[in-house]
Amino acid sequence: MEEKFNPEIIAFCCHYCAYAAADLAGSMRLDYPASIKIVKMPCTGKVDPIYILQALEDGADGVLVAG
Amino acid sequence: MVVGGGIAGMQASLDLADQGYKVYLIEKETAIGGKMAQLDKTFPTNDCAMCTISPKLVEVGRHPNIEIITGSEVLDVAGKAGDFNARIRIAPRYIDLDDCVACNDCVDVCPVEVLDVFNEKLVQRHAVFKQYPQAVPNAYAITKAGIAPCRDACPANQRAQGYIALIREGRWEDAHRVIKMDNPFPGICGRICNHRCETVCNRGKLDEPINIRALKRFVTDKIYEKPRQEITPAEILHPEDRIAIIGAGPCGLTAAQDLINNGFPVTVFEAMPVAGGMLRLGVPEYRLPTEIIEREVQDIVDLGVDLKLNHRIDDLDSLFTQGFKAVLIAVGAHEGIRLPIPGANLDGVIINTRFLRDVRLGKYQDEESDAPPLGDRILVLGGGNVAIDCARTAVRLGKEVHLACLESRADMPAHDWEIEAAQEEGVNVYPGQSFERILGTANDRVRGMELMEVSSFSFDDSGGLHVEKVPGSTHEIICDTVIFSVGQRAGLAFIPDDAGVGITKKQTIAINPNTLAATKEGVFAAGDSVSGTAFVIESVESGHKVANSIMRYLMGEDLEPPPGPDLPVVELSEQELQERVARGEISYQARVPLPELKVKDRIAGFAEVEVGYDEESARAEAARCLACGICSECMSCVFACGKDAIHHDMVGSERNLNIGAIILAPGYQTYQAELSQEYGFGRFPNVVTSLQYERMLSASGPTDGHVRRPSDDVSPKRVAFLQCVGSRDQNHDYCSAVCCMYAAKEAIMTIEHARAEERTHPGSGDVYCQVFFIDTRAYSKGYEEYYRRAEKKYGVVYTRCRISEVKQNPDNQNLILRYSSPYENQAIPREDEFDMVVLSVGMEISDSVQDLGRQLGIELDEYGFCHTTLFDPLQTSREGLYVAGPFREPKDIPESVMEGSGAAAKASQLLAPARHSLAVVQEYPPERSVADEETRIGVFVCHCGSNIGGYLDVPKVAEYAKTLPHVVHAEDNLYTCSQDTVAHIIEKTKELNLNRVVVSSCTPITHEPLFQDAIRQAGLNPHLFEMANIRNQCSWVHSSDWDTATNKAKTLTRMAVAKADKLDPLEIYEVPVIHEALVIGGGAAGMNAALNLAGQGFPVHIVERKPELGGNLNQLHYFSATRDAPILTSPKQYLRDLIRQIDEHPLITCHLNAELLETEGFKGNFSSTIQKDDEVISIKHGVIIIATGGVEYKGQEYKYGKSNQIKTQQEFEAYLAKHMPGGNGKEPSQPLPDRVTMIQCVGPSEKYCSRICCTTALKNALKLKELKPEAEITILNRDIRTYGFKERLYTEARELGIRFIHFEFDQKPEVILNPDGDPHQAVSVRILEPILQKVVDLPTDMLILSNPIIPDPGTKNLANLLKCSTDMDGFFMEAHVKLRPVDFSTDGIFMAGLAHYPKFLNETIAQSLAASSRAALVLSQEKIYTNSRVAQVDPSKCVGCLTCVRICPYHVPKITNELNGVGSIVGAAFIEAAVCHGCGSCASECPAQAIQIRHTTDIQTLEKISALLIHQGEQG
Repeated sequence: MEEKFNPEIIAFCCHYCAYAAADLAGSMRLDYPASIKIVKMPCTGKVDPIYILQALEDGADGVLVAG
Repeated sequence: MVVGGGIAGMQASLDLADQGYKVYLIEKETAIGGKMAQLDKTFPTNDCAMCTISPKLVEVGRHPNIEIITGSEVLDVAGKAGDFNARIRIAPRYIDLDDCVACNDCVDVCPVEVLDVFNEKLVQRHAVFKQYPQAVPNAYAITKAGIAPCRDACPANQRAQGYIALIREGRWEDAHRVIKMDNPFPGICGRICNHRCETVCNRGKLDEPINIRALKRFVTDKIYEKPRQEITPAEILHPEDRIAIIGAGPCGLTAAQDLINNGFPVTVFEAMPVAGGMLRLGVPEYRLPTEIIEREVQDIVDLGVDLKLNHRIDDLDSLFTQGFKAVLIAVGAHEGIRLPIPGANLDGVIINTRFLRDVRLGKYQDEESDAPPLGDRILVLGGGNVAIDCARTAVRLGKEVHLACLESRADMPAHDWEIEAAQEEGVNVYPGQSFERILGTANDRVRGMELMEVSSFSFDDSGGLHVEKVPGSTHEIICDTVIFSVGQRAGLAFIPDDAGVGITKKQTIAINPNTLAATKEGVFAAGDSVSGTAFVIESVESGHKVANSIMRYLMGEDLEPPPGPDLPVVELSEQELQERVARGEISYQARVPLPELKVKDRIAGFAEVEVGYDEESARAEAARCLACGICSECMSCVFACGKDAIHHDMVGSERNLNIGAIILAPGYQTYQAELSQEYGFGRFPNVVTSLQYERMLSASGPTDGHVRRPSDDVSPKRVAFLQCVGSRDQNHDYCSAVCCMYAAKEAIMTIEHARAEERTHPGSGDVYCQVFFIDTRAYSKGYEEYYRRAEKKYGVVYTRCRISEVKQNPDNQNLILRYSSPYENQAIPREDEFDMVVLSVGMEISDSVQDLGRQLGIELDEYGFCHTTLFDPLQTSREGLYVAGPFREPKDIPESVMEGSGAAAKASQLLAPARHSLAVVQEYPPERSVADEETRIGVFVCHCGSNIGGYLDVPKVAEYAKTLPHVVHAEDNLYTCSQDTVAHIIEKTKELNLNRVVVSSCTPITHEPLFQDAIRQAGLNPHLFEMANIRNQCSWVHSSDWDTATNKAKTLTRMAVAKADKLDPLEIYEVPVIHEALVIGGGAAGMNAALNLAGQGFPVHIVERKPELGGNLNQLHYFSATRDAPILTSPKQYLRDLIRQIDEHPLITCHLNAELLETEGFKGNFSSTIQKDDEVISIKHGVIIIATGGVEYKGQEYKYGKSNQIKTQQEFEAYLAKHMPGGNGKEPSQPLPDRVTMIQCVGPSEKYCSRICCTTALKNALKLKELKPEAEITILNRDIRTYGFKERLYTEARELGIRFIHFEFDQKPEVILNPDGDPHQAVSVRILEPILQKVVDLPTDMLILSNPIIPDPGTKNLANLLKCSTDMDGFFMEAHVKLRPVDFSTDGIFMAGLAHYPKFLNETIAQSLAASSRAALVLSQEKIYTNSRVAQVDPSKCVGCLTCVRICPYHVPKITNELNGVGSIVGAAFIEAAVCHGCGSCASECPAQAIQIRHTTDIQTLEKISALLIHQGEQG
């Protein structure tokens, strides 16, 4: 059977909004793929381009910056 | 003092304690948490109630300034505001709070089960218990209802209920231990005890008493069938204090046992060749086998008692000369009495004691013995138990036996059953006989007895007997032996007359009945020798008592016994028992029969008559016990407890507290649904209350979160929710305000749970939920949307119908509801079956809370709610006593929290001068330097009940964590945030020398501070901590795939560990606080907050955009009030009074016509500029309170603006005000309308409920009715949302004939203007009348639109300016909808009033007080400690390019010449830690990478990213 492409996505989320929203998504039991992993940032302002590059270099299929 | 440890009381306590006050938290239960702790989820966010409350519980439990007093109640309060003296009663917990480690060992051994009140009686718990797993204080307690009557009736206080419970569990050894604690002769008493316990047994009122004696015997039989175990001799602690005991009967031996067990050497002197006294020599073998006596006597002797048999004491005094320090006379009553009648000395007349003794000693088998010879026909004289013993013994010797006694058959002192047994065995009984004389033969041998019939007899005062005989009734009984059995007495010849030991007339020893001390010092007497003949159990009691007395004497203590715990005796009335039967808790069941030998086998010898229970029947009999006392003090827990924390002798105490203010937050009780019999609660098993249902839904509840029908444990497929049970009915004129929302939540969760179960049990995914309701009261923030979600997204069916009766289908215990739903085109009644019915029970004030209110002298309403006024909603009628939570009016969690804070503000205003005088500051151990240490990481993975553990493999994650680099310890915990686990983390950190700690659990947003504080207490810098969010961002969102969720939890943990490895300790910066407040908005909210803060001594600036204060108060002309409770103050008066107070207050500065231009700084240190008229003012302040209010929406819906006859409610109110007597001084421009139609839910209200419009509409409608009673008013509505006491307005409106027509948004009313286009003419409203299912046109003179409150137009700007967020309806957004309702997520900024959400004046005032309480929390601190996670510049890398200066949104970085940059060039960037927000923009932009954000450094983040991706291949 052909394996379904399951993109590994790393999400940099602002502590104040997107991270809290992700918590809320949990409270509301909103299902989403487990291949999305969230890294808490003090603010999206802290997302250094290096982080994005490093993530892609290490094998991430996509990067989401949310804030 | 805060009364009530629910969420309101907890919040009040925390606010006050944080502000520097000492708080006593009075809680009547064994743990705080209140009703919220019982809930599963909270609406509208579906947050787990326990997860949200748990950190607060821990915070309260750990707060150094809060003393929680559990099991306590307020008796009375004397004194006045500021100086109260409260007397509180503290119930014993029986477990020492300081020693208990909540290990659960005691629960494992407790044999007593009782209905679990915390779980709403769905299941049973043990008598020793902890209310719930996360309970604070985290310790067990024991429930005692009192002393069981069986124990109370027993002279030796045998814990019958205890050993019966243990027998039920099959724990024979433990049961035996319980009996032996109070009675050294269980085998003996199990056979011959007169068992008063059974006479008083409560079960006797239902069917038959428990056969306690037989159960006792059963246990000893079980134990004695095994080889006797060796007894360890007691340790002698007082070798000098030797004690002599005269007599080895049950009394003397009991005393001997007690004394030697307490370390006193004992010698027992016994005249006879055997020990056991009357037991051995008086009781016949067929009742009490010798081997039992010998075994139990030996158990005592083996303790080290020196038993001297055949040792008659002839001289009491000689014992003292032999060195004994105390002497106990326990000689029994072995001398039988020979009546002085003619012939009493003939040959063949013998005495009972001698006869029984000679038989027992086997003398009649011995030809040579000195026993008097017996004839063949024996007459026993006497009607007592001993007489029966003699008779039955003689039968067994093969004799013909007669028994005659003075008493009538009914009055014979012997037990009925014994007399009957004797008769069965062939004894001829002659009651009511007078013994005239014994007839003799010529050689003086007995030949018969002459008797007369007795008609009556009596004793005179001096004991003389007077007998009335029947004349001419003289008759004879032929016999050759007569046995006197008419009483016994002690043989006291060994006591010399001059010994100083007094003897009574009855030939007993004179003693003090309390101490059993004889008249000579050092001599004590007990047992039959002081009481006359008694039962063995009384001798045992006497033995215990005298032993204690002797020990006190020898230790030089007061001889009088100290008072013991005073527990009531539990008497269950027949009615109570019937109720328990009706509830199905117990059922009728007769005694399990006790087998006996057949008569022919009995009289053949001396074999035991009773055969005894077998295991099965003993356990069945034991199971009948009602466990009256709840805890039976069986001491199993005491033996199990490794900490010696359990003390059954604890007694209740009283305490006096000197306090300044009292906050009453005692909460509510749910309506007792069994009172509404039509719903079948208590009769039909599948009808449950909403609170029971909460427990079923709760992961930590009795069904582990699986909803199951109580009748058959099957998942329900159809669940009905019945609203307004105990609300809005004839007995409750109020709405309970929360039921609609919790029913929506319970329906949603039912469906969610079923979907989750589908994973493990395919086919269980579908569940149908139907809610039967009147109006849905979804009136608060986010509620309307939530309710719609239930209906639209989850498919919950809403039916507008009040169910009048629930019936049960007897075949399957389904429930049948009959209903019609005209609103859904179902006018014809139909019947549906449901698997379960949930009753949405309302709120009531319990009797005990009402009593408390009366005791405290505060005014209550007729339902027991605390009376408060509109303008001072948290003030009771007594000065210094404040109120919060549902005790004031039914309400939900956020409002209870607000009121908790608000009441704290009131108390704080009263007590401000005493702030900090009693408070304790939290001390931390000095911080350990970890700089040179190798990294040692500890990982704690949380199950969060089943929130995580139910969806992924937590132990596996913990195991995996152990394999990660530098991890030296990993474990999984059920609740990592519970007090015990937090303490455990501290311990582990110290023990294993951990220097980094990782917790994999819920979200760091709520829980990180708790764990940081923990490691700080372990001596670590709080920043050496990292969390992995495996709940909100893993288990909850990947609940359908166990393996995937487990793998992700591993990854998240691995990432946290990778970052932890790179963490550095961060220092904390202290910043002084500016003790002034800025209040934005001069309406009711702003003014009340300002007055409170100023009253606490903090200067306040009010900034108001308008030229005058008052805000929306200026739009109010009258208040909503019912006829019964008018409000006499007008809004104008109230406003004038407020403004006067503001003007007069020296600490309040008002800036009118002023607008905030800019604010910078942070909590404790803000600086704002204000444009006031033409000048710009700068203010420094520590906090901001936003109270900018809201405005009435004006839109074009329903042709607003097209006709003068269409008005908003606010406009209508102003219009009506003109017509009021006195009006506002103006002549009415037009007469009052005859026909008024109102339309609710206009414009934005279709999205969110504006909360006040229904009540405002009713207020104005009632006002019109008052001014013009004949006016016809129709209110078109979706629901009438008069929650709480506002329901009374709705009732009144209906009584006055105001019409209500329901509509849905897809069939909104249509407004038809007058075709002439004359704006002054009437309009018409067309609407579908749902019950008639007909479109009707309502001719209308005036159409009133209930337009909602919308946020003030300036809100958006202000939000941007202060960097605060707003919700989707434009109102300011609180930090947490339930538990932080007035805080922003930005520290130091708070909100109150309409800026937060539409609300009523009293709610606004309460919230403004809450905001000022939260603000005072900052202002009351001397210093605050700033965020350490800020930007830090490495000047040696800085090139001074100004990128950071330009990029920073807060304008923090500066280039300073005091620093040198790259290559020591003068000038480098400097970032002030105290004002840096730590957003990191500068760090990301810095081309030289000279800036790092502490705790999110590049290295830390990159490690985390690598850790995320590095293992991808391995996990697949």
